[in-house]
Amino acid sequence: MLLLALDTATPAVTVALHDGTDVIASCGQVDARRHGELLLPAVDRVLTEAGLRLDAVTGVVVGIGPGPYTGLRVGLMTADTFGLALGVPVHGVCTLDGLAYAADLDGPFVVATDARRKEVYWARYADSRTRLTDPAVDRPADIAAEVAGLPAVGAGALLYPDTFPRAHEPEHVSAAALAALAAERLAAGVELPAPRPLYLRRPDAQVPKNYKVVTPK
Amino acid sequence: MADEPLVLGIETSCDETGVGVVRGTTLLADAVASSVDEHARFGGVVPEVASRAHLEAMVPTIRRALKEAGVSARDLDGIAVTAGPGLAGALLVGVSAAKAYAYALGKPLYGVNHLASHICVDQLEHGPLPEPTMALLVSGGHSSLLLSSDITSDVRPMGATIDDAAGEAFDKIARVLDLGFPGGPVIDRYAREGDPAAIAFPRGLTGPRDPAYDFSFSGLKTAVARWIEAKRAAGEEVPVRDVAASFQEAVVDVLTRKAVRACKDEGVDHLMIGGGVAANSRLRALAQERCEAAGIRLRVPRPKLCTDNGAMVAALGAEMVARNRAASDWDLPADSSLPVTDPHVPGRSHDHVHEVSKENLYS
Ligand SMILES: [Zn+2]
Repeated sequence: MLLLALDTATPAVTVALHDGTDVIASCGQVDARRHGELLLPAVDRVLTEAGLRLDAVTGVVVGIGPGPYTGLRVGLMTADTFGLALGVPVHGVCTLDGLAYAADLDGPFVVATDARRKEVYWARYADSRTRLTDPAVDRPADIAAEVAGLPAVGAGALLYPDTFPRAHEPEHVSAAALAALAAERLAAGVELPAPRPLYLRRPDAQVPKNYKVVTPK
Repeated sequence: MADEPLVLGIETSCDETGVGVVRGTTLLADAVASSVDEHARFGGVVPEVASRAHLEAMVPTIRRALKEAGVSARDLDGIAVTAGPGLAGALLVGVSAAKAYAYALGKPLYGVNHLASHICVDQLEHGPLPEPTMALLVSGGHSSLLLSSDITSDVRPMGATIDDAAGEAFDKIARVLDLGFPGGPVIDRYAREGDPAAIAFPRGLTGPRDPAYDFSFSGLKTAVARWIEAKRAAGEEVPVRDVAASFQEAVVDVLTRKAVRACKDEGVDHLMIGGGVAANSRLRALAQERCEAAGIRLRVPRPKLCTDNGAMVAALGAEMVARNRAASDWDLPADSSLPVTDPHVPGRSHDHVHEVSKENLYS
């Protein structure tokens, strides 16, 4: 097994290779505005580091968000197209699950990433491998009661200490964690979700009002 | 013919997911998935809706194009993609797909200019472009007059709209007339039954002191809307067919007049017209008439090649390969305002990047 994992749902552009047992190479950069430019060179770097070629990959794992759309699509489109060109399966993993896995906690906690517009993408977990709620997008103040007293990880938690006073690292998802989680689930025979984006919001689309009257009154 | 470059092109600058395959100047496949219906109720293209649709449509459209062309991805000589100009988020989906495809297949990547592609597509219809070629590009996003002596390296802007694109004016007038979106085809249809001389709408920027090759459609749009409102205010019925015909005539009169003038001034004996508005029947007819009178040969691709598509990107990509132009780097950005003077985005350190990558590619 050789999994190529990538995630662009958070400000991090992160790529890793996993041989079914261990992460054999990984690389990440944090730059929320340049996902499209950074991803392919990162894939190239990881393969070079491992001394492998892309056609050795037996499966692609991609973070499906939730995350700001423009960046999120870079990872998904790249993974989809690798799958097409290589003829290998493409597996989706919820980006919040990747963060939860990397948090390595035994008890209940919350994962929250930055959804911008003063909102967070978030979910509650029983432990690092068990998500309790569907990913959602909310204003931190609106979910304060639901997350009260719980430790929290992710940039969304670190950004809003009033709601998440027990926030700590990791801040961003890593493809290494995503790959390890996917490898574990695939080995256990668990089916992973299709690589389709979790947008959670409808597209912003203002229906234009009736055309503007131009005749001076 | 088999040694002509075989190139797959990807276009996502607006609301069409286009994937085309060409060999040299021969069209092999032109697969397009459009999200236009999803935008209709908004009365215009909604960028986020377009971007989401591109992501969903891309892989099936690539598959369809390859099947239609009857070629294997491994036989391709390169992958071309619209790097700009266009909607940033929409462009990024196509650029991401093209990079991943080129990288995985071990093929060079060519980030190309959308406007130059609109010109180059005519090679698929009428053979190699004459050099130089004068091109009139008119669509919902652009209205420009361009002169090119080599479509891979030299595109010179002669003039452009200073406000709305011609296609935008069609959309807006269609909305004022309650004819729906997009406006081009429906105005064309109504205009066929109307009198183009019924109402004398203004011809923008045609005064003696106005720039010779620039366009303006905002004043015309206002004049038409005002005329319709006056009718409505007076409780009279709006003669939709005559309004459509007279408005359309004002647009295509200015477009063709300026294009022919530019050809004459520059001593160019060929005019190509591209972009979505080139599908307009009156524009084609009037351009034909005026070009004939001026001894200019008119080249207009079939309507399906005039609107945004992947074949036009593949056509320009094939020309890049044929003329040995440098491939793009793997960090090629999507550039929503890529200047028209950049027919493609060559890599900065081309050889170096590809040397590093070669190890990871198919042999
Ligand atoms: Zn166009």
